Amino acid sequence: MINRRTVMLAAALVASIPILATSVSAQDKSIVVSSTTSTQDSGLFGYLLPLFKEKTGIDVKVVAQGTGQALDTGRRGDADVVFVHAKSAEEKFLAEGEGVRRFPVMYNDFVLIGPKSDPAGINGMKDVAKAFQMIKEKQAPFISRGDRSGTHIAELAIWNKDAGIDIERDKGAWYKSIGQGMGAALNTAAASDAYVLSDRGTWLSFKNKGDQQILVEGDKRLFNQYGVMLVNPAKHQNVKKDLGQQFIDWLISPEGQKAIANYKINGEQLFYPNADDKSA
Amino acid sequence: MHGPASDLPLMFVDASIVTREVTMLDRITLTVKPGSPTILIGPNGSGKTTLLRAAMGLVHLSKGRIRWGDRDGDTPPKNAIMFQRPTMLRRSAVANVRYALAAANIPRAQRHERAAELLALVGLHDIGSRPARRLSGGEQQRLALARALARDPTVLFLDEPTASLDPYSTKAIEDIVRAVSARGVKVIMSTHDIGQAKRLAGDVVLLHRGRLIESTPAAEFFATPRTEEARKFMAGELLV
Amino acid sequence: MSALQLVLTGDPGLFAIVRLSLLVSLSAVLFAALFGVPLGAFLALTRFPGREALIVIMNALMGLPPVVAGLAIFLLLSRSGPLGSWGILFTPQAMVIVQALLVAPIIAALSRQTIEDLWVEYRDELAAMDVGPAQRVATLIWDARFSLVTALLAGFGRAAAEVGAIIIVGGNIEGFTRTMTTAIALETSKGDLPLAVGLGLVLILIVVVINALAWGMRRAGERYAG
Repeated sequence: MINRRTVMLAAALVASIPILATSVSAQDKSIVVSSTTSTQDSGLFGYLLPLFKEKTGIDVKVVAQGTGQALDTGRRGDADVVFVHAKSAEEKFLAEGEGVRRFPVMYNDFVLIGPKSDPAGINGMKDVAKAFQMIKEKQAPFISRGDRSGTHIAELAIWNKDAGIDIERDKGAWYKSIGQGMGAALNTAAASDAYVLSDRGTWLSFKNKGDQQILVEGDKRLFNQYGVMLVNPAKHQNVKKDLGQQFIDWLISPEGQKAIANYKINGEQLFYPNADDKSA
Repeated sequence: MHGPASDLPLMFVDASIVTREVTMLDRITLTVKPGSPTILIGPNGSGKTTLLRAAMGLVHLSKGRIRWGDRDGDTPPKNAIMFQRPTMLRRSAVANVRYALAAANIPRAQRHERAAELLALVGLHDIGSRPARRLSGGEQQRLALARALARDPTVLFLDEPTASLDPYSTKAIEDIVRAVSARGVKVIMSTHDIGQAKRLAGDVVLLHRGRLIESTPAAEFFATPRTEEARKFMAGELLV
Repeated sequence: MSALQLVLTGDPGLFAIVRLSLLVSLSAVLFAALFGVPLGAFLALTRFPGREALIVIMNALMGLPPVVAGLAIFLLLSRSGPLGSWGILFTPQAMVIVQALLVAPIIAALSRQTIEDLWVEYRDELAAMDVGPAQRVATLIWDARFSLVTALLAGFGRAAAEVGAIIIVGGNIEGFTRTMTTAIALETSKGDLPLAVGLGLVLILIVVVINALAWGMRRAGERYAG
């Protein structure tokens, strides 16, 4: 009986070794990047990160959350680099002293997705604000990310600033705020024949389109800029500033920018590099 | 297998166990001397089981005391008990006996041999490796006896050991009890079987409603019971 | 690529995910058992004021919402939290910790019940054999081992099925903290529902296999010990 107990104890210790081992080896040369669900769900990181690792040997661990949550992760010091797409929120982050410097990296655009049946009749419209107004008028079902993500912030800007609708006050049962990522929002919209604002990258790589399609695109207000920042090491000692800066430098380097441009789905480019555009 | 003489005589001095609902033992004063078996008899609920459990220290007295020979209470007496329905540990028969030996602080090196001896004594030596819970009722009772004897007791308590057994198993148990008693272990056993009492008893103790009615050598008790209760009990009448 | 294809071609990505899932859940059950079984035994065998309240709380914790546990551990392990210096947020260790937290009440509650039932059976005999308190606990745990294994399996079931807590404290990082359940969540949100369903079936299959192994062990053991 003692022998069996000893064996069980030994098995327990043995079982815990791999868990410990994983940690030791993986923390050698790695950084944590908090980013958005659009960069993950579109497959961009799956494409870029192996290239970066091959060049520098640095393991990039991406925690994909909405922009708001990603910036909060940076504020807590739980990430080394933040890579999001809401310029106003990013500048607030910098103003608080949480980030070192913002670099524009790439852009794509948002697209207004909806069912083929198009109950609000907005297909082909060039003015997204008017399209939103028609959706509200017809009380057509609309899915909102509701999670302080870059997409959500952009959606709210269109309602409140461009369409002149105080959406918080005037929303009805047709407006469903789900508090989840882009993929979940697209799934919900597809399942309930609803309209939803999405970034093009996630939409192109989304595999459950059903009979949803792009109904409105090309409006200047649908421009979606991505920026990257190093979390301020002065505020959080644990930030790996050298490795993090290497990642940022690579993203905005000609090599990184070319890689971003090369990422395509079915021959269509998802993200457009613009690190050289200082006003972005 | 002789224990130190100072465990006996076992004396109950004005021992009582009283609960809110019922008096289980009522001022029992009794001296049990070494020698041939002492058999407790009496109707159900008379306190036989309670008396045995109190002697083993499994239940505490409300009043009175129990004295073991000239022990001062610091060193525990060498006693053992076999319950009416013994519980088998979930392991093999021989492992049950080895467990009892270990609990009695027998050194590990000796346990294997001692266990084999004990199993042979109770006639279970050829099924030692069988799971104890799969043994028949009679076999389990014998195994419980082996476990109790593993403690090398001076006094062996048995609580209606053959109440649920067939005659064959009953005889097997009685034979072992006789053998053990012959080796010098004091046996204190309860039974509701008058025949068994007649077969085994050196002394008879009659209990009724928690009270001690008679404590008499066997021959005398069965020939000429002194008390009215004893006479009624022997005649097969219900004692209420 | 369908899940079946991934399985048949021995896709290393799938293998890594399965391996991590098992490692995290089994480790969590192990640590939960190291804490929960002795706690269950302690509650089964002792009596003290407040014992009943403790048992009620423990039983209630069996229903602790995983997201709540995930959030609590997240706040603890965040760099700006009290245990931030450990630096284990977004690592498998954090996932093991939060799952152990979720599983421990189940194991403790079931252990307590099992051991208490067995204690009622064994009490007289162990007292009669003069078995000391430490040995009593060891004997009860050993003799109840098959029922305790069932308690461990219940814990494992909860751990293997869990996704809310480990996504919060693990971050679902590809190749590092992505398990079967978090991968299913991810593929669902990428709209690849067939793959998500396929992965789900693989996960169920694995859990069934583990239960079958445990059942086989139990039968073999029972044949020996009854």
